[in-house]
Amino acid sequence: MIVAITMAQALNTALHDAMEDDDRVVVFGEDVGKLGGVFRITDKLQERFGETRCFDTPLAESGIVGSAVGMAIYGYKPVVEMQFDGFTYPAFEQIVSHVAKMRNRSRGTLTLPITIRIPFGGGIGAVEHHSESPENFFAHVAGLKVVSPGTPSDGYSLLRESIASPDPVIFFEPKRRYWLKEDAELPTQTEPIGKAVVRREGTTATLFAYGPMVKTCMEAAAAAEDEGWDLEVVDLRSLTPFDAATVVESVKKTGHAVVVHEAQVFSGFGAELAAQVTERAFYHLEAPVLRVGGFDIPYPAAKLEEFFLPDVDRILDTVERSLSF
Amino acid sequence: MSTASTEPQATAPTVDPATMLPPEQPVQILDDEGNLHEVEGFPLDLKDEDFRNLYRYMVLARRVDKQAINLQRQGQLGVYASLLGQEAAQVGGAYALADQDWVFPSYREMGAALVRGVDPGKILHLFRGTWLSNHDVKETQFGLLSIPIGTQALHAAGFAMGAKFDRKDIVVMSYFGDGATSEGDPHEAMNFAAVYDAPCIFFVQNNQYAISVPLSKQTKAPTIAHKAVGYGMPGYRCDGNDVLASYAVTRQAVDRARRGEGPSLVEAVTYRMEAHTTADDPTRYRTPEEIEEWKRRDPIARFETFLEKEGLLDDEFRAQIDEEAKGYAARMREEIYDAPHGDPLELFEHVYVDPPPSYEEQRSLLRRELDASKAGE
Repeated sequence: MIVAITMAQALNTALHDAMEDDDRVVVFGEDVGKLGGVFRITDKLQERFGETRCFDTPLAESGIVGSAVGMAIYGYKPVVEMQFDGFTYPAFEQIVSHVAKMRNRSRGTLTLPITIRIPFGGGIGAVEHHSESPENFFAHVAGLKVVSPGTPSDGYSLLRESIASPDPVIFFEPKRRYWLKEDAELPTQTEPIGKAVVRREGTTATLFAYGPMVKTCMEAAAAAEDEGWDLEVVDLRSLTPFDAATVVESVKKTGHAVVVHEAQVFSGFGAELAAQVTERAFYHLEAPVLRVGGFDIPYPAAKLEEFFLPDVDRILDTVERSLSF
Repeated sequence: MSTASTEPQATAPTVDPATMLPPEQPVQILDDEGNLHEVEGFPLDLKDEDFRNLYRYMVLARRVDKQAINLQRQGQLGVYASLLGQEAAQVGGAYALADQDWVFPSYREMGAALVRGVDPGKILHLFRGTWLSNHDVKETQFGLLSIPIGTQALHAAGFAMGAKFDRKDIVVMSYFGDGATSEGDPHEAMNFAAVYDAPCIFFVQNNQYAISVPLSKQTKAPTIAHKAVGYGMPGYRCDGNDVLASYAVTRQAVDRARRGEGPSLVEAVTYRMEAHTTADDPTRYRTPEEIEEWKRRDPIARFETFLEKEGLLDDEFRAQIDEEAKGYAARMREEIYDAPHGDPLELFEHVYVDPPPSYEEQRSLLRRELDASKAGE
């Protein structure tokens, strides 16, 4: 039955269904048990599957990811939660030195089917360290897949696929979109990891986005109609693997590329996208690839975040710069 | 008015912390002169065969270590981390494990590897640089050598948690050193293992130095074993140059874990007789007197004295071990000497089960570079 579901419901249902289908799937992290997670994404999982399938850990992110490595070697499929983006950093060493590298180091004999869920991004008026966008740290690391859904149906499908993936996946959940609704019927099966999707067809210019900025770009495209611009919106969905083919196809059509993310632009994922487009579609470009993102400053205090975050106006100003090039 | 819910809850410990503390002196079963003293609480359940096996593994470990150093000197290995002096600690600890148990080692665990039946030649590929590792982890139940300090302790804790949740009779041993106890990961690992009563042994070889930095610069704790009480687990401490103490103490910890009573910390007090690695110069931070003092406490010589007194060591057994050691050394040379590195195109093979499209492009680039260099020869 098609009903309006939120991103949070889609993710919770994905976890539930994955645990139902495979008893090797275990969910753990801080407050994911009795509380159901601070965003309730793991709501009722402990009640349904018991304390050895969904459990609270001591408050230690490296411990969560490092013990997930051991559990994965044992034969489990751990799905772990980092409570917030800004608290992922203590786990960085385990992710970079072990999660990403174990299969290669072991010459293919040890795979680590671990999913690391990270609520990320700003826009919810949160206190310091709760609104960051660290995705490009992980996109830079060979051995990881990095994905981020922009819609509830993608949230369900991408999370199921991440859990099923034999390769480790860093799953970035757009926390400001947890309450985003979409008419859908669960379970959904959308395009696979590694495939970008055209969310809105257009001819004037292409907006590239992922996670929380997909909705913002759709709003920008709607507003752009007033200017007489027909914008295409491409939802990248996964940063690694990167779907260069879909990106290039769109650029060939529109000749103008604008990439949008909340993360600071300097050395952000937009830089990679710009390089990919320049290398693969140089003669189709009517203007340089332009980036829209957060400024190159630390994430600001909540009352000032609206001045930092990309919005419809900043996106459309950038489209205008591209078109007037 | 209800007071029960608003009054702070009593936080009296459920277990007397004193029971978790190590004894004042490290447990020693063989004294420096090789005399056996039984120690209460640490019974020896060893037969003559076991005594001879412990000796055999220690001698083999030393010979294998020597061969590895020689291979490094001959330019066959880029670097190597010697275990010289730590044979008793490693062998005694590993000997306390059962077949189904698992080990997560650091990079200095050749002795433990031998006891667990891992081919030392395979391990040396890491140090030669032919590949990052070449032993089968699942088959040997011996994790990849872990270089980032102490990080493997968490893998051991997680594995032990998994075994416990799965109700399997498996004990997991994590080896790390005194320096690693300053890192965060072993702390988090001990805390996790304790909270879940996971069957995990944290075996610390306190060899007195982390490269050049002495233990006094790592911790203000009375001993490393004392840290265990902070996690709510027993801290055992033994003379790490006494193979019987290392075995008996670890055996207590292993039995406890197997009974479902949770993890333990074992501190084996020993000394790294060699440099940190073949790239290190220990004369800059250690005195010859200190090294002489520890040489006097050599773990193999001490055990030899004991075995001779017991009549367990004869020329025939020595010759047999010598033959076995030569066999190991020959196999190591065969495996490592001039071992070619693999096909460079294999570099892309094992990173992902499902590689990104860019891998095909980059593999093609490397293939063209290889063809061009072949054509240019």
